[in-house]
Amino acid sequence: MATPVKVYGPPLSTAVSRVLACLLEKDVQFQLLPVNMAKGEHKSQEYLKIQPFGQVPAFQDESISLFESRAICRYICDKHAEKGNKGLYGLDQLGKASIDQWIEAEGQSFNPASSILVFQLAFAPRMRLPQDEKAIKQNEEKLSKVLDVYEQRLGESRYLAGDEFSLADLSHLPNGHYLVNVADRAELFTSRKNVDRWWNEISGRESWKEVVELQTKASS
Amino acid sequence: MASIKVHGSPISTATARVLVCLYEKDLDYEFVLVDMKNNEHKKHPFLSINPFGQVPGFQDGDLTIFESRAITQYLAKTYANKGNQLIPNDPKKAAIVSTWIEVEGHHYDPPGVALSFEHLVKPLFGLGETDPAAVAENEAKLGKVLDIYENQLSKNKFLAGDEFSLADLHHLPNVSYLLATPSKKLFESRPRVNAWVTEIIARPSWAKVVALRNQS
Repeated sequence: MATPVKVYGPPLSTAVSRVLACLLEKDVQFQLLPVNMAKGEHKSQEYLKIQPFGQVPAFQDESISLFESRAICRYICDKHAEKGNKGLYGLDQLGKASIDQWIEAEGQSFNPASSILVFQLAFAPRMRLPQDEKAIKQNEEKLSKVLDVYEQRLGESRYLAGDEFSLADLSHLPNGHYLVNVADRAELFTSRKNVDRWWNEISGRESWKEVVELQTKASS
Repeated sequence: MASIKVHGSPISTATARVLVCLYEKDLDYEFVLVDMKNNEHKKHPFLSINPFGQVPGFQDGDLTIFESRAITQYLAKTYANKGNQLIPNDPKKAAIVSTWIEVEGHHYDPPGVALSFEHLVKPLFGLGETDPAAVAENEAKLGKVLDIYENQLSKNKFLAGDEFSLADLHHLPNVSYLLATPSKKLFESRPRVNAWVTEIIARPSWAKVVALRNQS
């Protein structure tokens, strides 16, 4: 049996949970290793050797160490093309290109605005940090514009990159989950008919429910 | 006959990223200039290619995509045997390239773009004066990223290994702009980063993009 891959970091981190959702979709065995961020373990010399930016997650598989959640997801899908959800990263170069463009849209357009909102609305209160009202308003506006484009796209196809669930949809789950369930911003999704339908479909997947369960266990 | 079409403007960094990749891969293409001064990128028909209203848009036969880094990865994989190899065949080496592509997109690019906006875009488009506080904040951010590059470049000649790859290429448009600003000191003060910048900026593929940029 293959040695499980190692994922370093807490499941509450959006980037860690992106990788976990991918591993569960691909049915790849993994071992989740805690990194105590409160104690600054992610800035320790030893950790910086595998993740020079001092962020989570880091990832190891046999002799390879990787970081950056979206790169890790692509690696997992390429290596295990025949396992689990086979079409998660497309079945040919054209399929991959279409998925890649929406992963980039997520990384460059959805993520910057949504991660600021998640930090301000979900994490800052927990960390007893003051909230920046101006940043919240600006990023709600930015995210609304992005979601308007999604609304149109999701009127043309069931998922972002076509008629099948893909890595592009999956990449939205971590921030989307916090926006809807913790930051009280479900309306950004529910006020848009197609986005609402899409969000219900992708967040209802078994893989994502398992990630949420891991998050719940970690925070209790 | 070229089946590849690039819709954009050579002064856009994202468009230049795709163009330099096409030259590296020795691929013919047709360039369709999008008149950004007249907001053509915010109107149809361009919006049917890129619904976000950003350049570039890209077509290859039946495929239409946007997002420069998705386009270059498509070119590098689909035309693997043409021109220079930009993603290694070995899956592990390819994964390292993929990691550093993400580093460029998420760590380098945000402060890099903020700096070129302050130093170049604002004066050029009459959007106000360069804000010294914004410059200082983003130079500090970019400096931290380049410290990590300096260390990485002590292990390999290029970011993701000893061969030039898509991860290096993606930096060219912004690096080239910053070299024309006082922020170039961020590169020059780090010997390995400086050598890397000097090497990648001298590639013939990039000279061709600069020539197009100067014509427009």
